[in-house]
Amino acid sequence: MDAEISLTVDGVRRTVMVDTRTTLLDALRERLGVTNPKKGCDHGQCGSCTVLLDGRRHLTCLSLAVANDGAEVTTAGGLRGSDGGLHPVQQAFLDQDGYQCGYCTPGQVCSAVGVLDEIEQGHVSHVSDDLEADPELTDDEIRERMSGNLCRCGAYVGILGAVRQAAAASSEGGAA
Amino acid sequence: MKELTYHRADDAASAVALVAGDPDARFLGGGTNLVDHLKLGVTSPTTLVDVSRLPLDEVTELPDGGLRIGTNVRNSDLAAHRAVRRGWPVVARALLAGASGQIRNQATTGGNLLQRTRCVYFQDVTTPCNKRDPGTGCSAIGGYGRYNAVLGASEACVTTHPSDLAVALAAVDATVVVLGQDGERRVPMSDFHRLPGDRPEQDTTLAHGELVTAVELPATGTARRSTYRKARDRASYAFALVSVAAGLELDDDGRVRDVRIAWGGVAHKPWRAEVAEAELRGRFVSEESVRAAAEAELAAAVTDEQTAYKVPMVRNLTALTLTGLAEGATR
Ligand SMILES: Cc1cc2nc3c(=O)[nH]c(=O)nc-3n(C[C@H](O)[C@H](O)[C@H](O)COP(=O)(O)OP(=O)(O)OC[C@H]3O[C@@H](n4cnc5c(N)ncnc54)[C@H](O)[C@@H]3O)c2cc1C
Ligand code: SF4
Ligand code: FES
Ligand code: FES
Repeated sequence: MDAEISLTVDGVRRTVMVDTRTTLLDALRERLGVTNPKKGCDHGQCGSCTVLLDGRRHLTCLSLAVANDGAEVTTAGGLRGSDGGLHPVQQAFLDQDGYQCGYCTPGQVCSAVGVLDEIEQGHVSHVSDDLEADPELTDDEIRERMSGNLCRCGAYVGILGAVRQAAAASSEGGAA
Repeated sequence: MKELTYHRADDAASAVALVAGDPDARFLGGGTNLVDHLKLGVTSPTTLVDVSRLPLDEVTELPDGGLRIGTNVRNSDLAAHRAVRRGWPVVARALLAGASGQIRNQATTGGNLLQRTRCVYFQDVTTPCNKRDPGTGCSAIGGYGRYNAVLGASEACVTTHPSDLAVALAAVDATVVVLGQDGERRVPMSDFHRLPGDRPEQDTTLAHGELVTAVELPATGTARRSTYRKARDRASYAFALVSVAAGLELDDDGRVRDVRIAWGGVAHKPWRAEVAEAELRGRFVSEESVRAAAEAELAAAVTDEQTAYKVPMVRNLTALTLTGLAEGATR
């Protein structure tokens, strides 16, 4: 069965006819030519297909396109800083060498934006000692919160540094 | 994948009617398990009824101090909820120990409880599996068995239930609210999942077409002082080898007034360790007393060379968890 859906992708409204079995990832990549989210595993196990869906980090390989009709999708390529230049998270990945081949990077960047927002909202994590307090973004917190994004090149040291830098920038009020 | 008709449900009752009336229809929640199974061919429905946008997405405080969680509350939002963090820390901890930040943003409360086993053979349609294809046999018996059950397994199926949340809900005496064609019914968590017996295709006691609409948590002393510990192959983003959900209430003299222990990774359902609980009531919590209580529960365990590790692991993890709670540790 085919269905017409519309998505706002990186600020542009797009309409597309999809088979109901099409994942959001395949709709973006194969139908709309948005290749920024990557297909690593296609089974929810690597995080490379992560986008911001209606503002929250989300896997696109385990979502049906038709179930997301009307959604707003922001990929790593659609992020902008408040001055229209690079987003602080993008800048931090550049400054800290947060990648090697770059395949996992769009997912890492979107996930990092999600992590900063979740911290802002006081979400605790598996490694938070006190569930009733607001969490602080220690290195252990960053590692745990980013654990849904694997990096085959093992650029984790740079990724950790990038999230740390972006967190510092956003606590100074520099984030978009 | 077969042709698939998609419906976005308008209300809970019509979603129930659509699925109950069609053996090839399924509810769709966040999709993190079901969409995977569509791709793998583990299930081949012809109709999906998307219930993930129904307005069952609130956490409300009940007059008696309990909490009602709508099925569409996402796992991340439930773990972040202040009342849950305060009154039912084991529930927040179990959620946070599961999956990843992205998946928790997507996964629903009901979908989490209804997620299916991660048994490698269940997910591989080229191998026999009684749970996927009743009557074909069980490839896990004599096959890869590291994640297999040690309690309550049957000759038909030896797998374990993968949900962390379900184990926590068993430890806090939660009730699952279910809507069927004949109206609403309330299922205690202990009766929600089942042991495999000779019908391993049935994970739960729900009939086809019954919709989880909410989960209710009673406010108790054991829930207030509770936590969750999970042993796994890597520090994050991995399913449990074994896990322990526990809650503790002490008398003024330090003896156990009441205790709840539920185990994950050991059985086809969250395993309430009621024998161990009974052993501990009225005693002091110590490494020795908890180990002895866990041993009593584990007397019924059946292991092989691949699963033997689970018995000492769950015993020791239970001791670690309860001695920590007795000492007032926050995790
Ligand atoms: C890589 C990976 C790692 C994971 N790690 C963990 C982990 O460590 N711990 C853990 O606990 N889980 C883990 N999960 C599983 C995850 O928690 C579940 O997939 C998720 O909770 C399912 O929720 P959903 O809303 O996406 O369900 P869906 O995939 O939409 O549905 C799952 C099942 O529930 C049924 N269903 C959905 N909603 C309802 C309802 N309201 N009433 C009745 N039936 C319903 C569907 O028909 C389907 O059969 C992991 C998943 C992945 C992909
Ligand atoms: S253990 Fe259960 S799920 Fe795994 S192959 Fe056997 S019958 Fe299937
Ligand atoms: S492609 Fe989606 S998680 Fe790997
Ligand atoms: S940079 Fe190559 S996979 Fe992460």
